[in-house]
Amino acid sequence: MEFAFSPEQEALRDMLRTFVAKEVRPKAHTWDTTGEFPGETVARLGGLGILGAMVPEEYGGSGMDTVSYALAVEEIGKGDGSLGLTVASHNSLCVSHILSFGSEEIKRRYLPDLASGRKLGAWGLTEPGSGSDSLSMRTRAERKGDRWVINGSKMFITQGSVAGVYVILAVTDKEKGKDGITAFVAPSGAKGLSVGRKLHKLGMCSSDTAELVFEDLEVGPEAVVGRVNSGFRDTMKNLAGGRISIAALSMGIGLGAMQEALAYARERTQFGRPIADFQAIQWMFAEMATELEAAELMTFRAAALKDSGRPYVQEAAMAKLFASEAAMRGTIKAVQIFGGYGYTQEYPAERYMRDAKLCEIGEGTSEVQRIIIARNLIRGR
Amino acid sequence: MKILVAIKPVPNPDEKVKIKGDGSGIVLDNIKMVVNPFCEIAVEEALRIKEKQGGEVVVMMVGPKVGEQQVRTALAMGADRAVLVEAGTDLDSLAVAKVLAKVVESEKPDMVLMGKQAVDDDNNQVGQILAAVLGWPQATFASKVEFLADNRKANVTREVDGGLETIEVTLPAVVTTDLRLNEPRYASLPGIMKAKKKEVKVLELSSLGVDTAPRVKVLGYAPPKQRAGGGRVASVQELVEKLKNEAKVL
Ligand SMILES: Cc1cc2nc3c(=O)[nH]c(=O)nc-3n(C[C@H](O)[C@H](O)[C@H](O)COP(=O)(O)OP(=O)(O)OC[C@H]3O[C@@H](n4cnc5c(N)ncnc54)[C@H](O)[C@@H]3O)c2cc1C
Repeated sequence: MEFAFSPEQEALRDMLRTFVAKEVRPKAHTWDTTGEFPGETVARLGGLGILGAMVPEEYGGSGMDTVSYALAVEEIGKGDGSLGLTVASHNSLCVSHILSFGSEEIKRRYLPDLASGRKLGAWGLTEPGSGSDSLSMRTRAERKGDRWVINGSKMFITQGSVAGVYVILAVTDKEKGKDGITAFVAPSGAKGLSVGRKLHKLGMCSSDTAELVFEDLEVGPEAVVGRVNSGFRDTMKNLAGGRISIAALSMGIGLGAMQEALAYARERTQFGRPIADFQAIQWMFAEMATELEAAELMTFRAAALKDSGRPYVQEAAMAKLFASEAAMRGTIKAVQIFGGYGYTQEYPAERYMRDAKLCEIGEGTSEVQRIIIARNLIRGR
Repeated sequence: MKILVAIKPVPNPDEKVKIKGDGSGIVLDNIKMVVNPFCEIAVEEALRIKEKQGGEVVVMMVGPKVGEQQVRTALAMGADRAVLVEAGTDLDSLAVAKVLAKVVESEKPDMVLMGKQAVDDDNNQVGQILAAVLGWPQATFASKVEFLADNRKANVTREVDGGLETIEVTLPAVVTTDLRLNEPRYASLPGIMKAKKKEVKVLELSSLGVDTAPRVKVLGYAPPKQRAGGGRVASVQELVEKLKNEAKVL
């Protein structure tokens, strides 16, 4: 058993560390407080190949493996959770759904723009009335000759108001449940596709989250991603991969907060000593570092399993569950270490804490991860 | 235009280095090596010239084989191929310049671009010595490079004390880069993947027949003096008094 990154993975990590230190970390506070989507920085990440990390070269992507991609999300998350979420959702939800299940025609049509970042991707499963119970969705697509007419709405859609490409899940055969849902792709500006409210959030403030509304959105048969009625099963597979990226993002947020807290604890003196000298503070660091190390091992193992074509659903769910909760616990400790300053926006600890919370909710809540893990165990997958 | 760029791996300037117990050098275990920042600027300039007028960018490095990682960084930025002369870390500036001259003689570039100095030893010598060994013109501390007369000449703006100086050099020439020449690009993911497949020719130092016997002997390394902690003054009067009598700057 070997635990080592390849020279290319190290090169990617080094490059991103420099990029994040220079271009992301110094701006994260402003992005967070204004809630402005950092389009220019996202475009630069596109130029570096990060928005097509796992897309093969023939479709204009970087052709990297899941481990490299997880590394990238982690490094970006260390600097800014929101930007990490943008990268993770674009790659793991929208791009990955098209790449894994789309026809050759759809891949040729959409992937080059998505992989280069010329267009951003959004992916809509959740609805106002249907979240964890995604099968209860009400958005429906009805046949009109060989075309489809979509009506309904989607909620909490990342890149909702800034995307150029939307993948939308809709009921196509109500009687068939899991085998009655289909994924469709539509470009921004399509007639009948509109962006509803933009949502103001606790954290991940500069990641774009919006509601989508479909009013007689008409698409042709070529807009079906995968097969008619295979959308739900494809989604479950897609989400398993997405969990690896949320685990990586959690790790990044946790480690980013820890680095800030370490620097602060070495400098801040009380009772004539740096607070890092107090055992109470040291123990917090020891726990944080150990949990994040465990999260890292789980995340990269899930990624490596996926890369080698072995089953990884269980490991990805466990990594997501553990990493997001470790990040939450770790960022709460970071705020504590900063004391009163930690509670203010003068220091970044509270931003990391607010950002971490999303990782316990998005792409399946912690409760849902526990359900998946237990079900796999009990059914003996 | 064919450009040869010399690069040197150096300890990451953002990391704290420690001196060995016996003062014979610095502890390099666990220190992250990076491409010397001035060399990165040289790679960037070469790539921009190539993007404008075509040609080839070849990277050369003299030093231990582990430096291949930094050579790959330059390849990931976009250089075409590389030549690595395997040697120890004990070569002095003259020896390095003589080895580089051998590579230049076999590659026959139109220009050699390199950093004005490496941020580890701050010698600021190799470019100048290389030009002398080759018998080529040199333009050091470049902040702007422009080509004239069908690439037979170049105008190089140099950062000199108190201002800028522009000189004309006949090519081939050695040009060393200053900080403001450009802002180097980041290696892209596809660039990193492509770099893996690019050619890195490894040469044995002994195969070049160069006398690399050191002319300079390092006697020892010592850390800079620890800064004494600051103190608080109670009043402006006290501050002025201290500036006059202790710091003696007034
Ligand atoms: C910032 C952000 C970005 C998002 N981006 C996207 C996106 O791009 N695309 C997309 O489709 N969705 C997106 N989502 C939606 C996200 O995936 C859902 O919010 C999440 O799956 C939970 O659904 P819900 O909000 O409806 O909560 P609910 O499902 O209503 O859950 C409420 C609570 O009940 C618990 N619960 C529910 N069912 C059970 C059960 N059976 N047993 C025990 N507990 C249960 C949940 O764990 C939770 O604590 C995003 C959400 C946020 C906040």
